Amino acid sequence: MSLVTVMFYLMAIIALGSALYVAASKNLVRSVFMFFVTLFALAGLYVLCLADFVAVTQVVVYVGGILVLILFAFMLSGRESLAGLQQSKNRLFAVQNLPAFLLVTLFFVVLVNIVIMAGVDNLPWLKQAEKMHNVIQPADVTINNLGVNLMTTYLLPFEAISILLLMALVGAAHLARKEEAL
Amino acid sequence: MITMTHYLVLSAGLFCIGLYVILAKQNAVQILIGIELMLNAAILNLVAFSRFDKLNNSGQTFALFAIVLAAASTAVALAIILNVYRRYRTIDPGKVNQLKD
Repeated sequence: MSLVTVMFYLMAIIALGSALYVAASKNLVRSVFMFFVTLFALAGLYVLCLADFVAVTQVVVYVGGILVLILFAFMLSGRESLAGLQQSKNRLFAVQNLPAFLLVTLFFVVLVNIVIMAGVDNLPWLKQAEKMHNVIQPADVTINNLGVNLMTTYLLPFEAISILLLMALVGAAHLARKEEAL
Repeated sequence: MITMTHYLVLSAGLFCIGLYVILAKQNAVQILIGIELMLNAAILNLVAFSRFDKLNNSGQTFALFAIVLAAASTAVALAIILNVYRRYRTIDPGKVNQLKD
């Protein structure tokens, strides 16, 4: 077992465990904070995939932006629904959750079957990439290439997504305004 | 060595947990967290395959775009949730059953 393998299993266990806690927890604020841990573990997994820039973006955007936004909206709206939810006990094993649990388990089995049957380790284009030395090595610096590609090959999606982000943020600010101001 | 199957099975697990959160929870904020979990599972797939594309970096680029899209959708969804709370005094999607007028 090399260090990379150990780190992968550690990160995977942290990510899956905290995600399960999010699904099982009755305390809503605690589940939001455990989602925080899931996001950090996923950033670690991105580093193991040799995508360090994406990992940093994940930490900055998700942990710094989205999670603070979720907590903020939660504090503004969740107080009385929090009290209402804590009255019902044992919500994980409630009978009403049984269909969801069955559906999710079967879906997971189907997904794993598809992954195994597709043979993702021996895909032709992966073999070709290995033959052409198109695989990122641990010592490579990918950020230069990523920036150049973002401004040349992927310029149109980049501009489209920036305009979409502007529209979404203006729309969100408009939606969240007080009623009297309309 | 970690193979692609490891990453894909892990992301399948995260996706299914997100699906369970969406199906079983009765709080709009938690449903939003489930959607974020599913999005993160998809992004993990993109990043895992991006290791085999050194020249074009397509996987990493579209992972970045997906993160930005998730941020935009979360902002709009939270604004909608705030409006729903203002009108109905609850954020249980099962109890929001009336149109505006």
